[in-house]
Amino acid sequence: MGEKARTAALKEQNKEPMHLPTVSASPHIRSRDTTTGIMLDVIVALIPSLIASAALFGARALAVTGIAVLSCLVFEYISRKVMKRGNTLSDLSAVVTGILLAFNLPSTIPFWMVIIGSFIAIVIVKQFFGGIGHNFVNPALMGRIILMTSFPTAMTTWTGSFIRAGADAVTSATPLASLSEIFVKGDFSDAAFTVLPSNINLFFGQTGGSLGETCSVAILLGMIYLIARRVISPIIPFTYIGSVAIIMLIAGGGSINFLTAEVLSGGLLLGAVFMATDYTTSPTNPKGKFIYAIGCGIITSIIRLYGNLPEGVSFAIILMNILTPLIDYATKPKPFGYVKKEKEAVK
Amino acid sequence: MAKKTSLFKEFSKGLIIENPVLRLVLGTCPTLAVSTSMINSIGMGISATLVLLFSNIAVSALRKVIPQKIRIPAYVVIIASFVTIVQLIVKAFVPAIDEALGIFLPLIVVNCIILGRAEAFAGKNTVLASAADGLGMGIGFTAALFLMATFRELLGNGTVFSGAQGLLALFGENALGGFNGIDVFSFLPNSFEPMVIFILPAGGFFVFGILIAIANRLGNKTGQEREDFDGCANCPLAQNCSSVQEQEREEVKA
Repeated sequence: MGEKARTAALKEQNKEPMHLPTVSASPHIRSRDTTTGIMLDVIVALIPSLIASAALFGARALAVTGIAVLSCLVFEYISRKVMKRGNTLSDLSAVVTGILLAFNLPSTIPFWMVIIGSFIAIVIVKQFFGGIGHNFVNPALMGRIILMTSFPTAMTTWTGSFIRAGADAVTSATPLASLSEIFVKGDFSDAAFTVLPSNINLFFGQTGGSLGETCSVAILLGMIYLIARRVISPIIPFTYIGSVAIIMLIAGGGSINFLTAEVLSGGLLLGAVFMATDYTTSPTNPKGKFIYAIGCGIITSIIRLYGNLPEGVSFAIILMNILTPLIDYATKPKPFGYVKKEKEAVK
Repeated sequence: MAKKTSLFKEFSKGLIIENPVLRLVLGTCPTLAVSTSMINSIGMGISATLVLLFSNIAVSALRKVIPQKIRIPAYVVIIASFVTIVQLIVKAFVPAIDEALGIFLPLIVVNCIILGRAEAFAGKNTVLASAADGLGMGIGFTAALFLMATFRELLGNGTVFSGAQGLLALFGENALGGFNGIDVFSFLPNSFEPMVIFILPAGGFFVFGILIAIANRLGNKTGQEREDFDGCANCPLAQNCSSVQEQEREEVKA
């Protein structure tokens, strides 16, 4: 509803006889935010990454995203219908889940796996637990993790026609795998980092990876938009990325190369901006958000440095999602004017 | 004793309405562990059903002899004897199943379905009713296991009835023309592959949860007020129960 329509509606209300005070039930202060509006903002913030993925990985990136979104919408519609609940397609949350799921998949993935991922995300993780606002973990991430566990080969085959001088299609170890090797060898000299794409390449996404995670600059654009529109609070992304950066700085013995490569590669930025900030599955108040994001950072770093898997962002966020109710419970804000009861003196 | 109900009712309640796995959520550990293969689930189900049937009969027959205070150890001894018998039979006739089930076969001793039925039903009811209850619960357990295993094996391993000869060894070598399961995914295009997660514990929990939801739906539809509910007279806590006391007070007032 535009501003004009609102003022028109207000005028309409004021036509009532002036001597009667208007009495209405609370709440009197309302926010104009709607689920649809917020989801629309998230979709807008995801557009730069979508364009980047299409440029980096070709038309197949768009096809994967399109199939993920479409199948998410279809599954959402069917499952609401079967469960005899109201239709929720118009809140656009299924579209966001679809885009995020696709951004977590490699461009070469068979299409039927995308559809299975959507089924898990929408039907099992979201609708079985009661639909939007009731899922206990991020649906798109859970879809990714289950696909990753089920089809490890298909989920880690990164090829793409990156816009990169000299090579059309490159298949190589991901930067994270190389970084893990560097950490194990303990050699942080400049020569060791030559196996990696340069920082500039990492920043613009010219490397192997999932659709949406490689192009850091597009994700940062999305983050700035979301923070400016006050859709997400900057606490989670900044604390998350910051804590990973600090741990990597210590782990790399002060090597700046190691730090920048760790932060720019893998799904860290995508996860920190779009997944960890999901309203349903992240704590509500600032203190809780801070604890949550630090937890994400620590788990991500531990999995990356010492785990069997090269990437730990999805598992870190899922684990902290599960802890979110406890964090919320532990960081209940103090009501204004509340004085803590003094403990009874011991005898 | 409660009102007499037909034997068929005692038998059939174990199938869906009081299905031990999906409605009472008992025996979860063997359910999740064994339901990765359809043949194993059938082997486990039959073994547990036999133990359940005979232990229910024995417990019910001895219910007036067993002292109330040591009834649980007594039940465990009875159940353990039957488990030993079943285990020896399985080892002798279908060694492949014994190998596949491993520790879960002797662990039937502590399976809470069997102890639970002994405590909740066989210790209070007649031999015939207990036998019907044991058979129904056993078949319900087998059916639930088999259903879970069907999904898990088909989706996780891409096969149906794989290793069937292990169980068919009971009927001699190469029974049913040497049928040893079907590799379903070999009929599909090559790009399809089974989802490993369904064989893993995480996938087991998914299937388990979804089946419980479906069973609740079915059970609630067919469920009705218990006919044998005869007030609080049978409840051991009735003396201290506040709602009963209140009821009595109101009766006195009236």
